[in-house]
Amino acid sequence: MRRLRALLLKFGGLFRRDRRDAELSSEIESHLQLHIEDNLRAGMNREEARRHALIKLGGIEHTKEICRDQRGLPLLEVLLRDIQYALRILRKNPGFTAVAVLTLALGIGANSAIFQMLDALTMASLPVRNPKEIVEIKIANREGARGSVEFWNAQASYPLWEEIRRRQEAFSSIFAWSSGQYNLSPSGDARWASGLEVSGSFFSTLGIQPALGRVFVDADNQPGCSTPSAVLSYAFWQTEYAGDSSALGKKITLEHQLYEIIGVTPANFTGLEVGNKFDVAIPLCSESLGSAEDNRSNASTEWWLVVIGRLKPGWTIEKAAQHLGAISPGAFESSLRPDYPKASIPQYLKFKLTAVPAGGGLSRLRESYASSLWLLLAISGVVLLIVCTNLANLMLARASARERELTVRTALGASRARLICQLLTEGVLLAAAGAALGVWLATILSELLLQFLATESSPVFLPLHLDWRVIAFAAGVATAACILFSLAPALRGTRVSPSSALKSSGRGATSGRAGFTLRRLLVISQIAFSLMLLIGALLFTRSFLNLTTEDTGLHWNGVVISYLDLSRLNLPVERRVTYKSELVRTLQQIPGVESAAEASIIPLSDSSSSNAVWMAGSDSTHATECSFSVVGPDFFKTLRIGMLAGRTFLPGDSPASPNVAIVNESFVRKMLHGAYPVGLRFSREATPRDPEMQFEIVGLVKDSKYNKIRRAVSPVIYLSQAQDHHPTTLAQVLIRSSLPPSATVAALKSSITQISPDITATYEVFDTMVRDSLMRDRLMAWLSSFFGLLAILLAAVGLYGVIAYVVAQRTNEVGIRMALGASRSEIVKMFLGETALLLGIGCLAGGAMSLAAGRAAGALLYGLKPYDPVTFALAAALLGAVAISASFVPARRAARVDPMVALRYE
Amino acid sequence: MGERADVWQGTLTLMVLKTLQALGPLHGYGIARRIEQTSGDLLAVNYGTLYPALLKLEQEGYISSEWGTSDNNRKAKYYKLTRAGRKQLEKEAREWEQTTEILARFLAPGKESA
Repeated sequence: MRRLRALLLKFGGLFRRDRRDAELSSEIESHLQLHIEDNLRAGMNREEARRHALIKLGGIEHTKEICRDQRGLPLLEVLLRDIQYALRILRKNPGFTAVAVLTLALGIGANSAIFQMLDALTMASLPVRNPKEIVEIKIANREGARGSVEFWNAQASYPLWEEIRRRQEAFSSIFAWSSGQYNLSPSGDARWASGLEVSGSFFSTLGIQPALGRVFVDADNQPGCSTPSAVLSYAFWQTEYAGDSSALGKKITLEHQLYEIIGVTPANFTGLEVGNKFDVAIPLCSESLGSAEDNRSNASTEWWLVVIGRLKPGWTIEKAAQHLGAISPGAFESSLRPDYPKASIPQYLKFKLTAVPAGGGLSRLRESYASSLWLLLAISGVVLLIVCTNLANLMLARASARERELTVRTALGASRARLICQLLTEGVLLAAAGAALGVWLATILSELLLQFLATESSPVFLPLHLDWRVIAFAAGVATAACILFSLAPALRGTRVSPSSALKSSGRGATSGRAGFTLRRLLVISQIAFSLMLLIGALLFTRSFLNLTTEDTGLHWNGVVISYLDLSRLNLPVERRVTYKSELVRTLQQIPGVESAAEASIIPLSDSSSSNAVWMAGSDSTHATECSFSVVGPDFFKTLRIGMLAGRTFLPGDSPASPNVAIVNESFVRKMLHGAYPVGLRFSREATPRDPEMQFEIVGLVKDSKYNKIRRAVSPVIYLSQAQDHHPTTLAQVLIRSSLPPSATVAALKSSITQISPDITATYEVFDTMVRDSLMRDRLMAWLSSFFGLLAILLAAVGLYGVIAYVVAQRTNEVGIRMALGASRSEIVKMFLGETALLLGIGCLAGGAMSLAAGRAAGALLYGLKPYDPVTFALAAALLGAVAISASFVPARRAARVDPMVALRYE
Repeated sequence: MGERADVWQGTLTLMVLKTLQALGPLHGYGIARRIEQTSGDLLAVNYGTLYPALLKLEQEGYISSEWGTSDNNRKAKYYKLTRAGRKQLEKEAREWEQTTEILARFLAPGKESA
């Protein structure tokens, strides 16, 4: 207590120092007077009395000094004084201060922005109770699973989920969920909401309390779904119902079914997918509300659920994984349904369940961007390093300019530690200002980054907070930067012996070898880092160019995709094929439309379908996995895929006639070793819907990319849409038109509404889809180019500074050389030689570092290796050109100097 | 400041507190004179060292100060003991007695030796 009181008083002692000093002085003065009077009374004369009193008191100034220290907090006082001093110095050099703070802010801001994204994407926990206990149940070895995966991360079929729930003992509660897009409008144009389909214990397991009304309980998820109900997200409730509590009890239309709104979730809960938010949740039993053929609850080939549980107290993830492994054989055995292809059952029975942490939620965004973001963080870290070396160089130059000041202060008794402290204070202030500005910049940059990632078809929702991790990261980066750029110059700048520095008149000691070697080293590392970034920038840019100019074998300019939902027409299965064909034919009549065709797999859309295939005369042991697509007759014409032999599909191909197929060149190479394919027959393995079947090849088309540009061409088999034995109520139609895409879409809309208002349609421009699929590559190309440019700019500034400094230092020497007959061009060459040396060493180091770092980038590159020699040469040439130009200016200035002036220069 | 100064500071504090208890409010010079006289001129220390000690005691709340006039009409800063100071004096005096007692036992001519 006493100590705290004393400390507070001492803190108070920092203020109103003058008054306190005056008070102490008068106290000591009164002391002296009292003593003198006593002495006078004791019989001394006036002078002697005063002398005596002074001696007895001791050193007055010393006493005062001790009192002053006692009164305040000397350390803090010194610190405050240092800060004031540093602020004054920085104010006096506004140019330097601005450059330092801005470059630091840019460096720290870029790092923090990328870190903030990483933080939100990979480190943040879901806003649920004890996220550490939340675990996802997955199949460890799902290769060879049959059927369709409908939700990107789906791990279970409905029967499997039921078996897991029945058999597991590791979790205190467990739930299954899936996500999808639900049409909100009862008729006409579709209006989509992102939905969750959840089992009854979804909210209770996560520990989510409703913000309004109630959330689902098990009773809401009963077979038959007699009272279909829906829970809204807070944001959806706000936008659709203006946050009005009367929304409770109202009905909402989802996929033409009515659901009663029973509650609203809290604002911070946006679902389990990081990067996505949900609008509305409905129970899993809703499956039985639609048509029977859409019901996925009794199929073991429909993989559409994610299963998540909360660990029982005392259970670890490893123990849970073991337990799941142990119940796997029984669970898979009992979850088999007749739809599972017989040949694949042995494989199915070998599947094994395991558990992985899911407290951070699931994220497709995370899977596709985490590694890119880590790489970008490394790149921006290198940018910050360059910023630091640049600043260190500037600080060093300033330290040598202030050398005389430092020397004088050393001579006057300032300790080296004090001087270093003072120089460091400047660095700390710069770093602090840079960090503050940088964090502000980061919030803007990360928002921009998010907007960059979002596309029309897949908006990104990622709540970015300035949480403690981001702040700590920025502070840590700033501290490291501060040490990097200000400690070395401070140490170097204060390493002066006063006598030598005072003696030398004009040039100080830092112009000697040691100080200068440090500056050269800094420039060399700057060049090395810049080269690394340039190489990275060129690699990613070239990789992106490779992707955009890649010959896919497809031509999609003018092609629009239309996704049609015909389920409201209630067409019987046998009418569907004809209906769709007629629909496509009607669309072809629209003025401007050149051709239109259905396709079960839209090329380059990242969806795929494959089955094992073997040629007639061989057997299933010699099967090869081939990609499939069921297409209409004009598919090849619409995407301009060339026919090489045989024919395309004809109206005569019907379910009644023999099954026909068209194959691509890769199929011929891989399956037939180049033999002429038309007329040959192949078999396809049994599928969930069809038994093993034979097809006759009637045509051969050119190779084209199947599901993504990055994947090499592979064997593809096209089947006729007219022979589709199990036509669904969905249709994907490709339309080629000579009109601009927006006009095409408008024409399609009115035409389709005319055909039937009950068809719901969504449209996408093919080119937009392809461009969106290259988002990650575009991001890497843009950002790495930006950082590369920044690096090269900083390197140019650094090199210019050093050469200008060398020129100033050697003006005298230049004069002598010129007096002795050296030509101007020889002088320029001399300084450029200096640059070339620094450049050479820097490029070697940078090249070596790039080779080492290249492995991290390898997986993200397309069409070139991370050690691509052309890229390396190009980067070095670019950097060399910039470096030589940056040093040419001061070198020429040196050569222009009048020898007489130069000789006198000191 | 070395160790010796701390020891001095410690005893000085006790002496200042005791002086103020004995004589009531007093100025710095008076305290210094009193300590010197009581110690029988054995302690010849600069009066100046007293002031930081007074400042410290005041910060800790054991004494308080106020400007007043001396007997011969001089302005001087008078220090007086606070209630906390009285308690502290008792405590420090007790501790000091204990210490000296222990030391005295140690220094007493060899009872337990031999």
